[in-house]
Amino acid sequence: MTSKGTAARYQAGPPAFDVEAVRADFPILSRQVHGKPLVYLDNAATSQKPAQVIEAVDHYYRHYNANIHRGVHTLSAEATAAYEAARHKVRDFLNAGSDKEIIFVRGATEAINLVAQTFGRSTLKGGDEIIISTMEHHSNIVPWQLLCEQTGAVLRVIPINDKGELIMEAYEKLLSERTRIVSIVHISNALGTVVPVKAVIEKAHQRGAVVLVDGAQAVPHASCDVQALDCDFYVFSSHKLFGPTGVGALYGKQRLLEQMPPYQGGGDMIKMVTFARTEYNDLPYKFEAGTPNIAGAIGLGAALDYVNRIGLAAIAGYEQDLLAYGTAALQEVPGLRLIGTAPDKASILSFVLDGIHPHDIGTILDHEGVAIRTGHHCAMPVMDFFRVPATARASLAFYNTHAEIDTLVRAVFNARKIFAK
Amino acid sequence: MFDLKDLYQEVIVDHNRSPRNFGKLAGADRMLEGFNPLCGDRLTLYLKLADGRIADISFDGTGCAISIASASLMTDAMKGKTTAEAETIFNQFHELVTATRADPDLEKFGKLAALAGVREYPTRVKCATLCWHTLHTALTSDQTTVTTE
Repeated sequence: MTSKGTAARYQAGPPAFDVEAVRADFPILSRQVHGKPLVYLDNAATSQKPAQVIEAVDHYYRHYNANIHRGVHTLSAEATAAYEAARHKVRDFLNAGSDKEIIFVRGATEAINLVAQTFGRSTLKGGDEIIISTMEHHSNIVPWQLLCEQTGAVLRVIPINDKGELIMEAYEKLLSERTRIVSIVHISNALGTVVPVKAVIEKAHQRGAVVLVDGAQAVPHASCDVQALDCDFYVFSSHKLFGPTGVGALYGKQRLLEQMPPYQGGGDMIKMVTFARTEYNDLPYKFEAGTPNIAGAIGLGAALDYVNRIGLAAIAGYEQDLLAYGTAALQEVPGLRLIGTAPDKASILSFVLDGIHPHDIGTILDHEGVAIRTGHHCAMPVMDFFRVPATARASLAFYNTHAEIDTLVRAVFNARKIFAK
Repeated sequence: MFDLKDLYQEVIVDHNRSPRNFGKLAGADRMLEGFNPLCGDRLTLYLKLADGRIADISFDGTGCAISIASASLMTDAMKGKTTAEAETIFNQFHELVTATRADPDLEKFGKLAALAGVREYPTRVKCATLCWHTLHTALTSDQTTVTTE
């Protein structure tokens, strides 16, 4: 009786992605906004959190809240074990060679500042060059501008084409013996473009430059293997990966991290302190001064467990399907122009609408319960390139549905109606 | 619940589509740029003052419907006003859109009353007030740029 049905089910290949089961894990998705079900399409700004993450943080505070790496008491030992287990999960997630290569930070922004102010400041001198791209987030522009002011180094920018892709030939021309650092986004937050970082890294290494990859937008969508990429630094934030805010990770090659001076001074980053001399702690603690975001790191660990259970391959497959559906549906709207049309794209739909400013679109969509981001997305040079002051951006996660895309498109049509008076 | 139509009234949509007093003002003796760094709205105000009055006023720039309509309605309302009158209207308008008075007397605002709906949208108040702060600064100080932050 059931054997035939079972066989048929398994013959269909891997089970279909069960979006309704996934949605049940995210308590916030059942709330209403302006009397309408929330349609949360602002995932590139921050993602929502599954109950598993919320409970992990709650459990820490209720049952074993204590400082780490110091007390001999039970709670401290438990908190230390959970914090270090989270570090190990990050290592596995990025396929780093050692836990020593994973530094907990406040987020991707702090990680980039850390590399600029330690590796950058201790190795760069006047006339050296740093290469970034046009589609960087401000957090991967300003730390390097600060470093240039401090060292006399020069910032160079790889241009993009009309689809929002990196122009590789221009990059190769920018590379020279003066290039010391290449800091490049993995997936653009404003455009969704997936940057061929492996090729970027290879070419930089041929010139002896060190490469940092900003993975803030990449980690929720695609698996990342820092050893296969051979990047020197990789950074991401927990909150875009379904974990808590205020925590993130910096991966750095051990050889580089060992050479780098500490970032901040304080407790936990030292072995021995006298007024005459201080001996710094070993990796990774050398870069973790002060009590870290313990609950956040534990929450991030829970988020990684969650993502691993669903599987990034399944997530990516489902999101690509949603992206194709959303792209086609939005293109049906008269006067709508997609900004960012690279063939290799993550599930981000940035757009402008003739005669309607993105902020007005944002307010009108909010009335339908649809949350999108409007503005420059902390990527003003991208806006300048496409000659728009701002865009409306719908960024999709694996808990979004095709029906939600329909609601988005209906709301955009409604915006046109309001402005057609 | 607020109705979206209270925000995007016909007057707003109309002034956004065909802004009045839009463009540079020849012979302006005061020019000031207003900028909202959070959303990128950017407008420039041009003023011609004579005998303590706003003899002429215009603006240009880019922004959302609320900020463009507000600038259009404001420039219309300000023509011919003394600087003291302009300051009074500025203060009244600010009260209107920031909802500091529970029951505003919309009658006295004339066409500007169309912007009253903004008070229900705290995230959009700065869109409506950018041009007003720019005018206020133009009339009271020597600054060359105004930002909302």
